[in-house]
Amino acid sequence: MDFIYSIIPAGVLSQVFVGLSRTTILFIVASGLSLILGVLRIPNVAHGSLYMIGAFTAFTVTKIFGSGSAGFWMALIIAPLVVAFISLIAERGMFQFLYEREHLMLLLLTFAFSLVFGDLVKLVWGGEYKSVPVPHIFQGFVPLFGGLPFPLYNLFLLVAGPVVAILLWLLTNKTKIGKIARAAAVDREMVGAVGINVSWVFATVFVIGCYLAGLGGVLVAPTVSVTLGMDHNLIIEAFLIVIMGGLGNIWGALLGALIFGLTQSMGILIWPQFGIIFPYLAVVIVLLFRPTGLLKSTW
Amino acid sequence: MRKKTLLWLSAGIIVLLLFPTFLPRFYVYLASIILLYGLLATSLNLVLGYGGIFQFHHCVFYGVGAYGTTLMLTKTGLPAVFAFFAGPLVSAAFGLIMGIICIRLSKLYFGMLQISLGSLVWAIVYRWYSFTGGDDGIHGIPIPEMLSSPNSAYYYTLTVTIVCLFVMRKIINSPFGSALQGIRDNPVRSEMIGINVRRHQLLALVVAGFFAGVAGSLFVVVDNTVFPDMLFWTLSLEIFIMCLLGGWFTFLGPMLGAAIIIALRTFVSTYTVYWALVLGIIMMLVIFFLPNGILGYVEEKFKKGFIEPEIKE
Repeated sequence: MDFIYSIIPAGVLSQVFVGLSRTTILFIVASGLSLILGVLRIPNVAHGSLYMIGAFTAFTVTKIFGSGSAGFWMALIIAPLVVAFISLIAERGMFQFLYEREHLMLLLLTFAFSLVFGDLVKLVWGGEYKSVPVPHIFQGFVPLFGGLPFPLYNLFLLVAGPVVAILLWLLTNKTKIGKIARAAAVDREMVGAVGINVSWVFATVFVIGCYLAGLGGVLVAPTVSVTLGMDHNLIIEAFLIVIMGGLGNIWGALLGALIFGLTQSMGILIWPQFGIIFPYLAVVIVLLFRPTGLLKSTW
Repeated sequence: MRKKTLLWLSAGIIVLLLFPTFLPRFYVYLASIILLYGLLATSLNLVLGYGGIFQFHHCVFYGVGAYGTTLMLTKTGLPAVFAFFAGPLVSAAFGLIMGIICIRLSKLYFGMLQISLGSLVWAIVYRWYSFTGGDDGIHGIPIPEMLSSPNSAYYYTLTVTIVCLFVMRKIINSPFGSALQGIRDNPVRSEMIGINVRRHQLLALVVAGFFAGVAGSLFVVVDNTVFPDMLFWTLSLEIFIMCLLGGWFTFLGPMLGAAIIIALRTFVSTYTVYWALVLGIIMMLVIFFLPNGILGYVEEKFKKGFIEPEIKE
């Protein structure tokens, strides 16, 4: 390990880890988006808002259960479920009637939802900054690579990302509902013809995707200030990750998130003023050479 | 043009010309804003409604046009006339570049690559403090004395908008416009009958970029400011709503949509801060009950003009 430390400066290394923990959040949100895009073909602009709702709900839940570890674990369970429930209502109440129409209408409907959700959050929680405490067991730092302090919570994120990726892969590839969903993505009518209720398959996939958005919101909450407008940047980033990785491909979303997270953190290190342009530049370069994304798309 | 249409048109223009004589100063400003947003929405409709190109990030062209004009005015000593032409031309050139990069991709990928390019431009504008003013934008842009009063800015906006709408109408009714609509309805068949699909789409992007840039330069005249939010993607979606509300396949629909949205925003904002909520609910209602927009509905109902059948991908 000392060898790595001797060739890569500590600052760079710590930035890499910051980028990796950002990658986890981006991946969890983007994989939900990718799932919805791949199966339902909805470019869900409201995804960012659901992420925001997840973070704000986490704030309320930790308030109720106290800032100890219990509060965080409860938030981790409850908040994504709240988000999933909201999305279920939206899907059954509105989206299911538009699947036959063209995608532009669905896109606009999700945008309408993002506007409504944004203001509802303002109505319920107010416009002030909120902060969610880091749970007790993840407070403090661990020494990495010869004494480089790294927040324990970020380490937890680094574990959470791959876990979600594997669970999601198992869900889509090894379970029946996953197989049906993938079949429905390819040929909706045929799946309907063999007697499967496609409408409920779509609803399930939509809710799972939105659950992931909520989960991302809860996980990010202790590391940033929870604020209105946190949805706007994230949703574009998530979209670009999905496009960069290949529509509907879970591993593509992971790869895209990795590129996005690392270029973001490295960019800030290399050129502080224009750091934010590097991820976008990466997307443009990737799409120039591979117009349909890095990995195979399910479209 | 039929005699009756001509009559209505001239009556409308006369009313618009008389606006500043009986409206207070603020409403004159508002009318100018409506006109330039209407122009912007119409230019989006040119590529999206008539061309069927998924133009997801149209306001980049608008912002580029505005910044182009502003930077010409502030950084160079050239006469203002050059700046007013430079802005739209920069936008058109930007449309060409974006088109060359993106046009080979299909639908959603096209839109997404465009968003990433647009975000790139936004990020540069947002951070380049020494050149674009960064997130503060640029205020108090020096514009010629002739155009500095609200009334003269209004008349300028009105004239330019009418001329642009007239030209766009001509373009849509030209063989080029027909080819574009053919490509929208069936790209494969259009290719078969010898239409160069890519070249037409590229040209459509350049044209739309130009007119969006004109709208940007008009904003500089009316408001004397530019700011990076003009390039942020949420604005693009707002322009989408204007087209949707007014009607995609009608020529004046986007203009009507812009008027309603801007007037509503001004009105609602005086009562509540929850404008986005109101807008979202309006959008949902329009999507479910008026999918062809207001003018589309009127045309359908009265069969006066002709409305194209339900949009197909």
